[in-house]
Amino acid sequence: MSINASIKPNPAVRVLAWCAIAFLIAPIPIIILVSFSSAQYLTFPPPGLSLQWYERFLGSSEWVQSIWISLQVAVFSAILTMVLATMAAIPMVRADFGRKSIIYAILLAPMIIPVIITAIAMYFVFAQAGLTGTVLAITIGHTIVVLPIAFVVLSSTLQGLDPRLERAAISLGATPLVAFYKITLPLLAPGILTAGLFAFLTSFDELIIPLFLGGPTTQTLAVRIWNSVVMEIEPTISAVAVFLIGTTVLVMVLAALVSRAFQRKSSSSSHQEASHA
Amino acid sequence: MKASAGNSIVLDNLWKTYGSFVAVGGVSLSIEAGKFCTILGPSGSGKTTVLMMLAGFSEPLRGNILIDGNDVTRLPPQKRNLGVVFQNYALFPHMTVLGNVAFPLKMRGMNAAEINLKCRQMLDVVELGDFAGRYPGELSGGQQQRVALARALVFEPRVLLMDEPLGALDKRLRAALQVELKELQRRMNVTVVYVTHDQEEALTMADQVVIMNHGKIEQFGTADDLYDRPTTEFVAGFMGDTNLIEGVVTAKGNDGVLRVEHPTGRTILAQNNASSVGDSVSVSLRPECLALEARKDSPTEEANGWNGRIVNAVSLGDAMRYTIVVGENRPSLQIQLQAKLGRRGAHGHRFYPADEVRLSWNANDARVLPRGKR
Ligand SMILES: Nc1ncnc2c1ncn2[C@@H]1O[C@H](COP(=O)(O)OP(=O)(O)OP(=O)(O)O)[C@@H](O)[C@H]1O
Ligand SMILES: [Mg+2]
Repeated sequence: MSINASIKPNPAVRVLAWCAIAFLIAPIPIIILVSFSSAQYLTFPPPGLSLQWYERFLGSSEWVQSIWISLQVAVFSAILTMVLATMAAIPMVRADFGRKSIIYAILLAPMIIPVIITAIAMYFVFAQAGLTGTVLAITIGHTIVVLPIAFVVLSSTLQGLDPRLERAAISLGATPLVAFYKITLPLLAPGILTAGLFAFLTSFDELIIPLFLGGPTTQTLAVRIWNSVVMEIEPTISAVAVFLIGTTVLVMVLAALVSRAFQRKSSSSSHQEASHA
Repeated sequence: MKASAGNSIVLDNLWKTYGSFVAVGGVSLSIEAGKFCTILGPSGSGKTTVLMMLAGFSEPLRGNILIDGNDVTRLPPQKRNLGVVFQNYALFPHMTVLGNVAFPLKMRGMNAAEINLKCRQMLDVVELGDFAGRYPGELSGGQQQRVALARALVFEPRVLLMDEPLGALDKRLRAALQVELKELQRRMNVTVVYVTHDQEEALTMADQVVIMNHGKIEQFGTADDLYDRPTTEFVAGFMGDTNLIEGVVTAKGNDGVLRVEHPTGRTILAQNNASSVGDSVSVSLRPECLALEARKDSPTEEANGWNGRIVNAVSLGDAMRYTIVVGENRPSLQIQLQAKLGRRGAHGHRFYPADEVRLSWNANDARVLPRGKR
């Protein structure tokens, strides 16, 4: 931090940076304002303030159902991602076996293949299995899309973890399973949490997978936004957008709080590493 | 720990290979109960591999491991009841000092009150009673080391295994902890197997020293045995400095003294029963066993009495190290020797480069060794 603070950026760079930030942020206050508009159509600036669009959004059983579907999919795929990424990362980092690079390539493939191709492929598979239109299908789809990044995050966390810790626990009488539970898992927790968070946020606003795999009763928020925008643009959308932004910010703040709590604890462990070097 | 008689650890012809590479090739060893045994050897000689097989983390290709008379070769590590201290201590960073030390007791299903009592006692032994609530990251290297020790001893194992436990510490702290460790070992009467590549460390602490090289045991004995009576050139060179002078055995006296002739024709009288007349050998002569005397003229040379010239003098602080050349100015006819003398020389004399000296030594201090391939 002190290093960053000591570098004084060129004033021109500063201006440019603020411009970029303004450009990125500007739509957000505008959308927030519009969402409270008293007008019956999209107009800016709004002629007056009202909560009518929020009433229409949250009063509509269809929109509420979509919130519910989106939350289910996001939570389930976050959990599934955490479990699978952990299970993949441990042998890939710890175990010694040949053909590792092939497995790496397969694990990371969804990152390179365009989502739409993955979506189409899965559509055919799930259609055959009669699973299209279910929360399960969308959950699996999102998990596959987000798994490579979660795997990379967890692998790097695990790489920084001394395998001797687990050995030490075993030498002290723990079975390998207990050693994993008591030592490796808690130390891996920040990485697992980051992966889960990432999965949650990605799933929450991802459109293509649920567009292909969802059905009329399983429209996620993103899909319903898409559908309603395609039909007509009305200010309800802005209320939905504010809801999405709010959820994202909330989750990010939560994550920051949790990771700060972890950091306080593990700052001691990084200090320990330093003293060994 | 019951009876100190008998062997605590027996390794019987242990082998370990990685692919076609032999990491440990037929190691057999018996360690008496309650002894401090050091495994000493250069990097890559297989020390850690032997220790890991003892601990149960690495499975031997062949051979058996007995602890207190029980064959544990196929026993998983968590059932061997051995204390292990790893090179980097391997303290659990997310647990306090107390949590770390309590871990092995919790694994043994002890009740909380008993755990607390035992941990407090153990932490007092290693003088960390006030640090129970700290995390490992908040401790100095030496303190972390003592936590690792406390954690490995709190469940009263019969055997404590340590892999270069002091490697990461500075010299002064290392010396202090060596004394503490040795003292603790004696008090708790635990058998210690201690891996290091620092021969000084081995000499300070060990009752028995095992010297390993290329996955095999070169020699096993007390530190004095190894220093005074090495059986191979490797051991002679690894345990402290030595001069190795090659020659051929020409005669063997009744008193066990051998006469060895150097290619330049000079003769050395030296000890060792294992060699016989006609053998090509090396004679190991410790630098501190050489006596130097100033000379003006060139008296005739005799066995164990040669004429030489100082070519280099280096102060070691408390002593001087001289490099001496014996013989003519042709490398093939020269013998170069190192001598280590008290700061002011044997007779209160200090030598300087180009000084002419007479060097001599006692036949009992020179050791005949089979010539190794170098
Ligand atoms: N998992 C492994 N795969 C292949 N070779 C290995 C493996 N572990 C150890 N070796 C080799 O076995 C030999 C002995 O290794 P070991 O770790 O026992 O040496 P060491 O005596 O402990 O050395 P150091 O003093 O450097 O710790 C080395 O040459 C090493 O490269
Ligand atoms: Mg080693």
